[in-house]
Amino acid sequence: MKKILEVQNLVKYFPVLGGVFSRPVGYVKAVDDVSFHIFEGETFGLVGESGSGKTTTGKTLLKLIEPTKGKIIFEGKDISKLSTSEMRSLRKSMQIIFQDPYGSLNPRLPVGEIIREPLLVHKIGTKKEQEERVVEIMKLVGLRPEYLHRYPHEFSGGQRQRIGIARSIVMNPKFIVADEPVSALDASVQAQVLNLLLELQQKLALTYLLVAHNLAVVRHISDRIGVMYLGKLVEVAETKELFSKPLHPYTQALLSAIPIPDPEVKKERILLQGDIPSPINPPSGCRFRTRCRYAKDICAEKEPSLVEVSDGHFVSCHFVKKGPVIEYTIK
Amino acid sequence: MANELTLEEKSKGRESYSYWGLVFKRLRKHSMAMIGFFLLLIIIAVVILGPLIWRVSPTQQPEGMEDILLSPCAAHPFGTDEYGRDILARFLYGGRVSIFIGFMAAISSVFFGTVIGLITGFFGGKIDTVLMRLVDIMLSIPTFPLLIALASVLGKGVWQIILVIFVFGWMGDARLVRSVVLSLKEEEFSEAAKAIGVSPLRIMFVHYLPNVMAPIIVSTTLGIGGAIVYEASISFLGFGVQAPLPSWGNMLQHAQDYIFTHQALVWYPGIAIFLTVLSFNFMGDGLRDAMDPRLYR
Repeated sequence: MKKILEVQNLVKYFPVLGGVFSRPVGYVKAVDDVSFHIFEGETFGLVGESGSGKTTTGKTLLKLIEPTKGKIIFEGKDISKLSTSEMRSLRKSMQIIFQDPYGSLNPRLPVGEIIREPLLVHKIGTKKEQEERVVEIMKLVGLRPEYLHRYPHEFSGGQRQRIGIARSIVMNPKFIVADEPVSALDASVQAQVLNLLLELQQKLALTYLLVAHNLAVVRHISDRIGVMYLGKLVEVAETKELFSKPLHPYTQALLSAIPIPDPEVKKERILLQGDIPSPINPPSGCRFRTRCRYAKDICAEKEPSLVEVSDGHFVSCHFVKKGPVIEYTIK
Repeated sequence: MANELTLEEKSKGRESYSYWGLVFKRLRKHSMAMIGFFLLLIIIAVVILGPLIWRVSPTQQPEGMEDILLSPCAAHPFGTDEYGRDILARFLYGGRVSIFIGFMAAISSVFFGTVIGLITGFFGGKIDTVLMRLVDIMLSIPTFPLLIALASVLGKGVWQIILVIFVFGWMGDARLVRSVVLSLKEEEFSEAAKAIGVSPLRIMFVHYLPNVMAPIIVSTTLGIGGAIVYEASISFLGFGVQAPLPSWGNMLQHAQDYIFTHQALVWYPGIAIFLTVLSFNFMGDGLRDAMDPRLYR
């Protein structure tokens, strides 16, 4: 399979300004040395709790946030050093779907204009062709073309998210970062929008990076999943593998928190103690050690690296490396 | 059954309201704003059409003493002033001058303030710091003393007054627009525009400008009223529009000498300024209510 995107040692630190002269007094280590790749046509899910850096990773890939260090290789080309104007032409093939369908649409522009803007900005086609394309895309995402002249405030959350999706696919991109595309919607609409994303992937040969915290959502549409904790990737595996054989203690804890809709089933729940530590001052060694029930001395001293333990299954844990010490299965 | 039918009809015949359509709808229900609006229509119509109908020169001084300070009569419905000039004609012309100055001064300062506000808010950094300190400096200058100095340098005419009001009037609008742009920058649609590859100039004028229109329009409306009062104050002090050209402000200035003997001279321009400014303020308040973003979403 061809890699459409490769991320190498991506780092993003946000300075914490303080003092009289607004000098950086510390850094929020939002993304700290993350490497992964995405194959063409697949959906790569990125999960983790709030503050784990998954959204920052997604937005850094599109250079909406400038990376501090590291390489982002898109279709064989390193884009991490490109300037804003050099990035502009690449925007045709890399797009993003935002989390908040209320904030991501300009309230003063009618829907037709919102969807047409990418074509207008990149001067794709004549005015008539652009208008036809907008209508075509609106039909594709399940919006009635009569809504062309309506304004965002006249739509429901699900419809607005469809408008946002229409805007991101109107230029026929190859790669889309879906930043929590359904977390602001209610459950019934979530399924519709997710199915729309799957349908579009098939029709338009899209590659997704899906950022989400809802495991059910990620499981439903991802081919492979990366689990993030405090700016680090702790485990990467194919969806089936990850759900049946989670190796990292954090992934195990996450998965054990999924409710099972059967009152008869008794299962062990791994409860994590305390909160996620501050990304300004992360724990030494393994970042998860403060909440890990297997933590030993070595975890505080040495930082584990992401190692391939079986085909396509990467884990960053001292104990997993030496063979699967930790057995945990989920039915 | 009948209910369902009407509901269906409703949804079919439902018009799509743009933002401005909604504002206009809400404005029509605002009685104060409507009073202000119609009052203004009347005042502006009178001031524009008046001199075309009442074709008496506002500046012509008759010879002799018999026409001076006349009470209202058939030939002079508002009477005459201390030089025997027809007050109705002066009143109508003066209104043109006052309202013209108000409009020009307010619109130019809002225009300039908006551009400065967009630039500082959008680019931030050094440009922002420099321009905003300039605003602070301008705001800390006491206006009237400087105005008197400026008037003696620039001369005293309609355009000079507009310039002076403009120079001292744009800072508030710049701050207003900057603050709105700063909050818009944090909205997700700004990031969406960036992700599409929209140029900074287009983000500023296509995405941000329509979003700052609401406060700008309110500010312009209130600003026109303010500028008219300002013009009147300057003229009243004698540094504004110079006789024989009338304005409501300098009519008041001349009238103060006769306040105990010929009160009517004060009433005409005074009430005109009062009503004009009041109706601009009513309209501004109404617009502010109609465009209140808290009523949306």
